[in-house]
Parts: sequence; structure tokens; C-alpha cells
Amino acid sequence: MTDSPILSLQSVRAAYGRIEVIHGVDLEVFSGKVLALLGPNGAGKSTTLKVCAGLVAPTGGDYILCDRRVNGARPEDLARAGVCLIPEGKGIFPNLTVRENLWMATHTGTSLHDVEEVAYSRFERLSQRRNQLAGTMSGGEQQMLAMSRGLATNPRILLLDELSMGLAPIIVEELYEIVAQVASEGVSILVVEQFAQTVLGVADTAAIMVHGKITSVGAPSDIAMELSDAYMGAS
Amino acid sequence: MSEFFGFTITGLAIASILAIGASGLVLTYTTTGVFNFAHGAIGMLGAFSYWQLRFGWNVPAPLAFVLVLFVIAPLFGCLLEKVIFRSLQGTPDAVRLVVTVSLLFALIGVANWIWDPTLSRPSHKFFPGSSFDIGGVKIQPAELISIGAALIVAVVLRLVLYNTRAGVAMRAAVDDRPLAALNGARPDRSAMLAWAIGCSLAMLSGVLYVGPIALDAASISILIVNAYAAAMIGRLRSLPMTFVGALLIGLGSEYWRGYTPQVSDAHWVVYFGKPIVDAIPVIVLFAVLLLLPAGRLRGHGTTRTRETYPVPSWNGALTFAAVVIGGSILAMPLLDRSDTLTFALLLGTAILALSLVPLVGLAGQVSLCQLSLAGIGGVTMANLGRGGSPMGLVWAFIFSAVVGALIALPALRLSGIHLALATAAFAVFMDKWVWGLRDFDLPFTNVTISLFPIGSLAVSRLKIFGFDTDATGKILGLEVSDADRQLLLLAVTFAVLALLVVWIRRGPFGRRLLAMKDSEAACATVGMNLVSTKVAVFAISAGMAGLGGGLIAGIRQSTSPDNWQFQAGLPIFMLGVAGGMGRIGGSLFAGVSFQVLNSMSLWPLLNTRFMGMGGPSGWFRSFGAASPGFMGIGLGRNPNGAVADMREGFEPIMHSKRALWLFAIIETALYVATLTFDSMNGWVLVIGTVLALGLCAQIGLQVGLSRGSLTPKPNPSIEEFGGTRLEWIGIDREVTTTDIALLDDKLGLAPAVLR
Repeated sequence: MTDSPILSLQSVRAAYGRIEVIHGVDLEVFSGKVLALLGPNGAGKSTTLKVCAGLVAPTGGDYILCDRRVNGARPEDLARAGVCLIPEGKGIFPNLTVRENLWMATHTGTSLHDVEEVAYSRFERLSQRRNQLAGTMSGGEQQMLAMSRGLATNPRILLLDELSMGLAPIIVEELYEIVAQVASEGVSILVVEQFAQTVLGVADTAAIMVHGKITSVGAPSDIAMELSDAYMGAS
Repeated sequence: MSEFFGFTITGLAIASILAIGASGLVLTYTTTGVFNFAHGAIGMLGAFSYWQLRFGWNVPAPLAFVLVLFVIAPLFGCLLEKVIFRSLQGTPDAVRLVVTVSLLFALIGVANWIWDPTLSRPSHKFFPGSSFDIGGVKIQPAELISIGAALIVAVVLRLVLYNTRAGVAMRAAVDDRPLAALNGARPDRSAMLAWAIGCSLAMLSGVLYVGPIALDAASISILIVNAYAAAMIGRLRSLPMTFVGALLIGLGSEYWRGYTPQVSDAHWVVYFGKPIVDAIPVIVLFAVLLLLPAGRLRGHGTTRTRETYPVPSWNGALTFAAVVIGGSILAMPLLDRSDTLTFALLLGTAILALSLVPLVGLAGQVSLCQLSLAGIGGVTMANLGRGGSPMGLVWAFIFSAVVGALIALPALRLSGIHLALATAAFAVFMDKWVWGLRDFDLPFTNVTISLFPIGSLAVSRLKIFGFDTDATGKILGLEVSDADRQLLLLAVTFAVLALLVVWIRRGPFGRRLLAMKDSEAACATVGMNLVSTKVAVFAISAGMAGLGGGLIAGIRQSTSPDNWQFQAGLPIFMLGVAGGMGRIGGSLFAGVSFQVLNSMSLWPLLNTRFMGMGGPSGWFRSFGAASPGFMGIGLGRNPNGAVADMREGFEPIMHSKRALWLFAIIETALYVATLTFDSMNGWVLVIGTVLALGLCAQIGLQVGLSRGSLTPKPNPSIEEFGGTRLEWIGIDREVTTTDIALLDDKLGLAPAVLR
């Protein structure tokens, strides 16, 4: 593909206070492709996603989105520009009902009717629980609710943080089937995972991150070989 | 039956105002996470704005009503959000508490500043004079307007919060603010909208109060505090339960007022009849706080952010004590009688602030009722210290400590805003009920305690170890007046209590308090008894406050309920925080700034100099009264306090003998000049001393720098590790193999095998 990447990080650095956690990261996500970012605990993967979503401002380097430098843009503006981050754990509002959670997804321009239609047709269980408080649902249902925002709002780029965390393998597979389907519809996806097997099945490219740096980028099959090294802590 | 109907309508009208106030409070709390202690003061500002428009400028009532609720209130809410509350995002509860309490105080000050409290403000209700009959009961239109307003508020709030996207976004921002932003919502705007609506509701409740009661900034602000009880019944979350709470309180107090005998000598009527009606809301508040399900032990404290209180050294503490006592003795010849007594009161206030150091600074608890505890000390001294008996002071300590321990019992399960509310409720309870009681006998004794039968009580000054603090005469050949003796008594007591606090801080009990502040959960897991620790620190703190109250009452030779009002105690708390709650110096700062800001001599002086007007109620005096609030708002975010900064600034003096000598010479010269020349007054000495301190600190700094004693000594580890401190390697920059080798060397390990 000869396109320029839809999202590109160039030598991006980010820090929490004095503590720098990513030290110059280069990443490119191309239109309609899935990039899997893998690595051990504390490598800086989630922070990289937070930079992409605008929750953490880069302290150095350039964050380019659709050929525009967007360093320091606010998360709500990036969301309205089509960046959709489903955060680690539960990306839902526990004290709002399912329907109200979906209502929150309409801030990016989709109507509530459309959001509900997509969400309920994809996850039938949610439609039975539309007036239930989201915090009282099971972990899998909560993750489905979180995912439906990503599906229903037609984002340009979907950022997924540890989708599989704390979920039963069968639900994880179900969720990744949906990820593959979304990608086939032309949405670019950057997905972070600690445990790689499922995600490598749907990724077009994979990268390994260790100690706040990208150590290798390549085809999923090649990366699978290198992974064990990364988890053993060698850098 | 018609009587019952009448009470019901009046009760409903009261409940409606409470419900409106409380729902505004619940709205801002649920949507921004800030419990706004200043909510009542915002309502008060609404009442005054309405009065100004309606009665001051004769704007028609409907227009004035609309202007206040839909223009002034929302604009004020947006301003507050932008200037104050936005920066409170992510701050600990304690900081929010100080900032909103300071705002409460500042707004009362600002209102008194704009609307001179010495003038009367005639006003009346909506549709005065017109009333109509329903079933033989006269009903005021104003009552129906209140009830109607509450119903509209209930319906509109419900619709806004649950049936509009903006409302859902407000609630979403409380659940997870970053996630709301990730959804594309704008949390800042949601918060601003919430504050705008919250202020409108506060001001609506304020406007509805105009008419039946006199416009007084402090009392209207405190009146709306009654709404807090309703809000707590709704657990600060549920609007329907908040309305139920308001109904319970409004109807309950009205029925009580209506059905208890008006005049009777029956014992229970005297104590629990009419007098207790005004206190019902705070009793409910206290009860609700007691019955709230206990929160879990917090894993880490709310204030673990930036507070660092170094362990005080005995040398420093003894120097401090000597300076306080020596300074007071040296000041005696310079001050006239009234200034000497003001100086003594300053030290009394400092004792009250000092009583907060173990409780707030070390243990991380909150108390807004310290002045009420001091009041118990004052009353005890008046009753049991007749003729100057020192036992009065001993009992003052004991009674206050016992009450403090009793307050600690509910506090065992409360923290943060709940504890602040409980102590505030106690203080308002004292104001509204206890101080108004008739004389009563102490159980199991034949001692009668008289409260304020004629508005005040006479207090005898202490006679201790043959030293009469009320006499005038020679000591060691020098003429020492009764005022001087009071000053000396206060200085010695403050110094001794300061040393006691240092002793606590340095000892095992102090370490337990600090540990409890850091993590109650961790303390419980290592087997520390949290109950006894909390009760002990509350008792010690309350006892110190009682002692201070007894001494203050002695200086004044009388005591009245005005001395111990809830809102009068707030500036002491705020100035203590501003000075630094963890240090004994912070309490002296609080005492000094409290008296300076309220000084009767300073503000008229500034008024005549700069504003061309004198008198006690001029512009500068009002500003002075409001300024503790401003300081609290600004300094609430510097948890280490102003004293830490000052100490750092003046520290270099200690590094140069030349600077020390120079300071001593200048001070002596200033002192002698003040003694000799009438034209030099105390303010010249004070300002001269501050300038001399600054000058000598500069000299000390220069000398220290030239000698190299003040530059940080070259630290070998920093040199070796390439300019990075040992602990920051791997965080500031990456670890190199050289670093590892050097680290191994420092730690005495065998060289690592490097791959």
C-alpha cells in the first residue's frame, strides 16, 4: 500500500511527572490495517495508546493524525476527529444505564437510534439490559458495551487496550472476531495486548515494545518467534 | 384540624426551600465531586443580590427574580468553576474542604464588604399583605411560591439529569472523567453547566428566604447549612431521597414548634421545647452521619500528596518557646493596655490553632468545631474558676477533652467531608441549642452550671501558685500591670503547649498519628488500635482548645455566645492551614494573622490614610475580615503552609555570625528608639523587624555563598552518576553498564556479570 499512514508516532516521548515512560517511539498505522502492539507489563504500551487518544500529552516527538500534527490535542477533540480508545478494564460508566452509556457515544455525531441499533444487533444481550446500570453487568457484557461504542460511532481509528483482560477465552475469541470484521470494513486498528496468541491471528503487522521503546516491527508470524525473548526481560 | 393544616403548609414551605438548596448541593457534588461548603453563602449572595435589585434599586419583583436566577447565578457559577473549582480536579478531599470553607468565609466577608452590615435592610415577602383562606387556614402566597418552586425544581432536575444528553454527560463525568472525554463529551463544559445550575438553585433558596428573616450575611449562609442534613439523607446522591429528607426536617421542626407547649415550667419543655427547634436540622445531620454505613478503611490517605513536615528539633522548639516568652516580655513596655490585651488574645488564638496541629496536621482528621470546644472551656472557667481558682482551668481542659472524645466516637467511622460536616453540625448545635439553655445542675454533683442568662458571663482571672494575673504591682522591681500579666500567662502557656506538641510529634504517639494519616488500612493490619488513637488525639486537641478558651475568657473577663460562634472559628482553621498545620510555627502564624486582619487599630488607620474615611466598618476593615477566606482559597493548595516558605527565606541568617549580630544591633536600636520616642509606634517596630530580617537574610545568604557553606555540597554520587541522583537512575535516563558497576561498588556487591 502506498498511502501515508493514518496515524503516525515519530520519536514520541511521554512522561508522568518526572518519570519518562516512553523514550522515542515510532509507530505507523495504515488505513484499514490492524497493528498489534505487544510487550510485557510496564513496557509503556497503554501509555502509547493514551498518547494517541490525547489523555497523555507527548513531551517530545510528533504525533501525526491524517497528515496533521496533533501534539497536545484534547481527548474530546481527538474523539470527535474519529479516534476511539476503548480503555483497559471497563470502558464504561458503571452508574449509568446501558442506554445512557450508549447515549454518551453520540457525542461524536452518530444519532442515539443508530448507536442503539448497531449495539443491540451485534450484542443481543445488551438489548435485554438496556435499563440496567452498566456496573451491575458481568465483565464480558461490560466489555461488549465498551466495544459497541467503537463499533457504532464509525471511528477512523480504533485503539483497543487489553481487550482480553479478565475475560473468559471464549468471550475473547468472540470479541476478536468482531475486531477482524471491523477491520475488514476499513477501520484502522491499533490493539495492545500482553498475551499475544489471539491478537496475532487478526493483526496485519505486529510490534514489540520493551522498556518504553519499540524493539521490533514485522509480520505477526516473525514477531511470534521474538516474543518469548521480550517476556524474559532481555532487551 | 385546621391548625394541623396550617403547620403542614408552613412546614412544606420550609421543606421546599431546604429541598431546593439541598438539591443544588447534591447536583454539584454528584457531577463534580466537590462538596461545596460555600453553597449556603452562594444562596446568601443571591438573597442580597435580589434585595439590591428589588428593594435597593426598585426593579420589579419578577424581573429581579429572573435576573438573579438566570443571569447573576449562572454567571457566578461559571466564574467559580473557571477560577476555583476547575483547579481542584484530582486534589485530595482535605484541600477541597479548605478551599470551599474558605470560599464560604470569603463570600460572607465580601457580602459585608458590599452591603454594610450596620445598616438595616427593609424587605418583605412576595405579595405582602395578601393571603387567602383554605379551610379556615390563612395561607401566604409566598409559601405557595416556595412549594411550587420546589416541585418545578424536582421535575426539571429529573428531566435534565436523566432525559437530556447534557445531563447524562454530567453524571458520566463523575463516573469517569477521562472516559467522558474519550466519548467526545466536554467534561469542562459539563462541570460549568453543573455549577451554573447549582448556583441558580442555591440563589433560588436564598431569594425565597428574603422577607421573613433579617438579611444578615452570616446567618443566611448558616441557615442554608440546614439543607446539608437533607442532602445527607439523600446520601449526596439521590435527589428523591434528598426531597424526602427536606420534608422530614421541614415538617418535623414545624410540628415540633407548633405542638410543644409555648410557655411551661415543665423540665423537658424548658430544655427540649422551643429552644431545640432551630437545632433540629443539625441534630438530624449528625444522626444521619452516625447511621451512614461505615466506609471501608482507606488504603491511602487523602493528603499524601505534597505534605512534608520535618521532625522538629528540640533546639528549634526551645528557641521558639524562648522567643515567644522573651518577645512578649520585651513587648510589654511598648504596648498600651488595650494593645497588650490584643497581644494576649493573639496568643490565645494561637493556642486554638495549636490544638489543631496534632489533630489535623499529624492525624489528618478535620475539626470545624474547635471554637465551640474552646467555648466549653470558657464557660467552665466562668463557672468553676470563680475567684481565679486554677481548678477552673483544669476542669476546662477535662470537660473539653471529654466532649472531644465523645465527638471522636462518630468520627471513628467518618473521614473527609463527612467528618467536617459532623464537627460543623456539632458547632452549630452548640450555637443554636446549648448556648441558649438555662442553668442546669451537673449530674451527680451539686454544682450548677450557668450558661448565658444575661447574654454574657463574668470570668475571673487566674490566680496560680500565688501569682495573681489580675493584679497590678511590682515584679522584680518592675511595674507589671494586669494586662502584662495576662500576656505573660498566655505566652508561657502557649510556649509550654507548643513544646508538648513537639514532644508528641517526636514520640511514638506522633508516629502513630502520622501513620494513621498515611494509611488507616496499613495501621490496622499491623495491629494498631485505631479507636484508642483517634479518641486520644481528639481528646488532647479538644482539651487544648478548652484550655485556650478558658484563658481567652479570662483575658476578656467575660464570655458570651458570640465569642464561640461556628463561623467565627472558620478563619482560625483556615489560617492554621495557610500557615502550615504540621508545625507549631503555623499556629503562631494563624494567631498573628487572625489578630492583624481583625485589628481594630490597623484598618481604621489604613481607611483614614487611603480611603479618607475612618470608623470600624470602612473598606479596609471589611477586606481584612474577608481576607482569611482569600488566603485559604489561595494557600489551600500549598499544604506545607506559609511558615515553611518563610523559614526557608530567613534560614541563611543562621549561617553568618555577622548577619546575626547585625540583626541583633538593628533590633536593639529599633526597640530602644520605640521605647524612647513617642513618634515611633509598634507598627514601625514590626515593619522594621521584618525588613531587618530580610536584609540580614540576604547578607547571610551572600556570606554563606561566598564561603561555600550554603551551596549544596558537591555530592559524590551525583558526580559519579552523571548528574543524576542515585534513585533517579533508570527513571531520568537509562541505566548504563557503568552505572551498574558503580552501583555494585556503592552497595558493596560483587561485580555483576554483564551480558
